[in-house]
Amino acid sequence: MEAFDSSASDSSVLDGNAIGGLLIEVFGTEMTTATGTCASCGSVRQVAELAVYRPGLGTVVRCRTCEAILMAFVQIHGVTCVDLQGLASLA
Amino acid sequence: MAGTAVRGRLTWQTATVGSVTDETPRVRTLALEVPDWPGHRAGQHVDIRLTADDGYQAERAYSIASAPGEPLAITVERLDDGEVSPYLTEELQPGDFLEVRGPIGGYFVWEPAFGGPLMLLAGGSGVVPLRAILRCWVSAGSSVPARLLYSSRSWEDVIYQAELDSDGAEVIHALTRSQPPGWTGYARRVDQQMLAEVAWPAAQQPLAYVCGPTSFVEAVASGLVGLGYPAGRVKTERFGATGQ
Repeated sequence: MEAFDSSASDSSVLDGNAIGGLLIEVFGTEMTTATGTCASCGSVRQVAELAVYRPGLGTVVRCRTCEAILMAFVQIHGVTCVDLQGLASLA
Repeated sequence: MAGTAVRGRLTWQTATVGSVTDETPRVRTLALEVPDWPGHRAGQHVDIRLTADDGYQAERAYSIASAPGEPLAITVERLDDGEVSPYLTEELQPGDFLEVRGPIGGYFVWEPAFGGPLMLLAGGSGVVPLRAILRCWVSAGSSVPARLLYSSRSWEDVIYQAELDSDGAEVIHALTRSQPPGWTGYARRVDQQMLAEVAWPAAQQPLAYVCGPTSFVEAVASGLVGLGYPAGRVKTERFGATGQ
C-alpha cells in the first residue's frame, strides 16, 4: 500500500467529480451521484464527494472520514483493473 | 441486464477548435465543435485527451464554460509545469483537433428548478463552472437571487471580467496579492469574517457551489457549514492547481 500513500492535506486531492469519465468507462453509467458506503467506518457519501488521488500509477479513492481506500483503478495496456474491496456498497 | 437496452457508452470524440478567446494573460477560452454534442448541464465537465507522436497520452478534466444550449466551450488556465494546459493555452489554433469525452458529472450541477438563493464561491479558475451556472441563471430568467464571491490574485487575473459586471448577478471580488489603485474591495483571502459578511444568511436556505483549489474549497466549505449551511447544500469541486 506504500505506493498509494498520500496525506489528506495534500493539495493534489481531488473530488470524485474529477474521475466521472473514468467511472463511466468502468461502470457504463454516470456514477458521481451514486452513493458509496465505506467498509471500514460506515460513512455514506456520494461518489462526487469522495477524496481522489492520482499519483501517476493509477487512481485511488479514499473515504473523507477515515481515509480508508475505497476504490483503486490501474490502467495497463488499455485494460482497467478495478479494486472495490473498500466499499461495503455502491448504489 | 438481460432484456435491457445497453445505453450508449461515453466515447472519445474528435472536437474541432473553433474560436479562441484570451480571458487573461494566463487563461484562454476554447470553443469546441463536436458533431452531435448531446448537450450539457451547467457545472458539468469534459475530459480532454492529448496523444503525443510517440503514443504517450495525457488526460485532464476541464469544466464546461458555456451554458446549457450553447456550443461547448472550456476555459483553461496555463499551469507552467503542466503537461496539457500549456499546449491548450499557447499552441492550439482554430481548426486544430482535440479528443473530448463528455459531458460528465451529475453532482456539481445547477438547474433553474433547484432554486436558491444561489451562493457561488470561486477561487481562481474555479469560476469556470460557476460562469456556466450564472449563464444558465441568466438565460432561464431565474427569479432566485445570485451572488458570486470570487477570489483572484489580482485584477488582471479576473476571468470573464466584463461579463460578470453585466450579467445581473451580484459579484464581490477578493484580490489576494495585488490591488489596483483606489481598490476599496476585499484585499485578502476569503476567510470566515468575509463569508459572514457576504454569504446569504443560512435562514434563507441558500444553495452554495464552491470551486477552486483544494485549500480554498476546504476553507470555504467548512466556513459555510460554520455559518449554519447544511453540508448537503454546499456542493464542492476541488482542483489541484493554485490560482486564487
